[in-house]
Amino acid sequence: MSILKKILMIGALVTVSACTDAGRLGGLGGQDAGAGAIVPGSANDPASPAYFNQTVGDRVLFAVDQSTLSVQAQTILESQAQWLLTNAEYSAVIEGHADEQGTREYNLALGARRANAAREYLISRGVAGTRLKTVSYGKERPIEICSEESCYAQNRRSVTVLAGGLTS
Amino acid sequence: MIRLLLSLMIGALVTASQSAAQNGPLRIEIDQGVIEPLPFAVPDFVPASAAASDLAKQVARVVAEDLSGTGLFREIPASAYVSRVRDFAAPVNYEDWKVINAQALITGSAKVSGSNLTVQFRVYDVFSGAELGAGLQFTGPTAGWRRMAHKVADAVYSRITGEGGYFDSRVVFVSETGPKNQRRKRLAIMDYDGANVQYLTDSSSIVLAPRFSPTGDRVLYTGYETGFPRIYVLDIGRVQRRALEQQDGTMSFAPRFAPDGKTVVFSLTEGGNTDIYTMSVDTGQTRRLTSAPSIETAPSFSPDGRQIVFESDRSGTQQLYIMPAGGGEARRLSFGQGRYGTPVWSPRGDLIAFTKQSKGRFHIGVMRVDGSEERLLTASFLDEGPTWAPNGRVIMFARESQGAQGRSALYSVDITGRNLRPVRTPDGGSDPSWSPLQN
Repeated sequence: MSILKKILMIGALVTVSACTDAGRLGGLGGQDAGAGAIVPGSANDPASPAYFNQTVGDRVLFAVDQSTLSVQAQTILESQAQWLLTNAEYSAVIEGHADEQGTREYNLALGARRANAAREYLISRGVAGTRLKTVSYGKERPIEICSEESCYAQNRRSVTVLAGGLTS
Repeated sequence: MIRLLLSLMIGALVTASQSAAQNGPLRIEIDQGVIEPLPFAVPDFVPASAAASDLAKQVARVVAEDLSGTGLFREIPASAYVSRVRDFAAPVNYEDWKVINAQALITGSAKVSGSNLTVQFRVYDVFSGAELGAGLQFTGPTAGWRRMAHKVADAVYSRITGEGGYFDSRVVFVSETGPKNQRRKRLAIMDYDGANVQYLTDSSSIVLAPRFSPTGDRVLYTGYETGFPRIYVLDIGRVQRRALEQQDGTMSFAPRFAPDGKTVVFSLTEGGNTDIYTMSVDTGQTRRLTSAPSIETAPSFSPDGRQIVFESDRSGTQQLYIMPAGGGEARRLSFGQGRYGTPVWSPRGDLIAFTKQSKGRFHIGVMRVDGSEERLLTASFLDEGPTWAPNGRVIMFARESQGAQGRSALYSVDITGRNLRPVRTPDGGSDPSWSPLQN
């Protein structure tokens, strides 16, 4: 899913669920029930990976050559932590990625820093470290392919990829 | 007497002993100053058996391509010849080659017997009217005829420049297909000139940065087969691979062999921090060489095995450092504007090749091992990953083009910065690693 789409969806959610505390999408427990019937497993089922990916937000973005978490990134990770604490049967692999402006090995190491920054944040919010693995793809898996900052900004990311249950 | 001065900005290229042994009238001094390629003629080799008539032509063509491809030699086309070579054993009529200004003449013969091919050749210094070195012959399986041609070209190159050749060598690299966001990568091996491509892995998972062993029989690479990057060692002859030891929760990459072929130096990431380690290929025993919160990666041994050059962002940006092979205090090598990465020690020991990023451009460059005489050889949107030819005269690297349609291709360039040329590969290519000369 494109980031733009995701942003639009988040926007839509904020609009309909005015009862959640402003700007914080981490509030769980069905506050968005007013948006309609919950279809289990769909994006409006708060316990679904689709909800995690689309509504909570599965990724955070980083500045050029940085692995520090912006305020916005921390907000998303806070919501991820809440979701993971509520849905304890899930584990996650956090992928770190870099844009193409860098050498291959350095970008692998940079992606690892980013993934680790996200992991450490989730742990600091109470998620057990045993549930969270990290992997770096460096610049090997861009989602946007233009050679401009608009694409690079989307590629400098960590993505929290849910794995179906602790046993899997 | 022919003297052709070829530029080499960095360093004396010919050691005293080599040059003393090789001094002859026909000679390319690869040295500072330029630069007219040496004109040569390679008439079709003489078939010594009917079955060899095609091969006799093809061998001569590969010899010509090897020599011309260096940028140091220029072939006189057959259309300019005033005579032909019909008998390999007959004396050469030097006047016929002088008039077309062929300073070097290479003649040869090819003979097929059974499944073997025998190639003989002689090199002449036309204007001195003398043979340059003695005639030589190679025999091998006919299927390996290109290798025999490369060996002839290596001998010619070596006799005229006084340096080792590099044509009878191979390159292992990552073959790439598909757009940037769906790129499929697999390991491939080919002759240095792009011929005889073979694939060593499939493209079901990412493979990165293969590196030859010092004897060219094995390759280290990073693979994502398990979903996490780890290092594999692949036996080229048997196309068998195994993963090196790795602790859970860590990620390892950027491997290279030590000159002993038994030790691997590599990067290991734990808790987001990347440092440099060595490991025994056989026992899996590891040793940590760096312990810093910064990124330490892309290690490469000196040819004597005593030192390791690597990149680190400990100063705030990527820069090059050299440390003892057992770890310990590192000295910084690069101080210029920009970021420096992927250092690779020259097989001659005199230079470090690297990738430099500066002002939004990428460069392949070389510097001396004390960091002096930095020289950028290329510039583009994205050049990276240099590897040295066995004689330390040529560098191969990957160039990725800009934009959504960008693709990666292999190029080579002389360490003077001259003779930039694409390397033919069937698909895209990246992360080349050049083998030593084959035996």
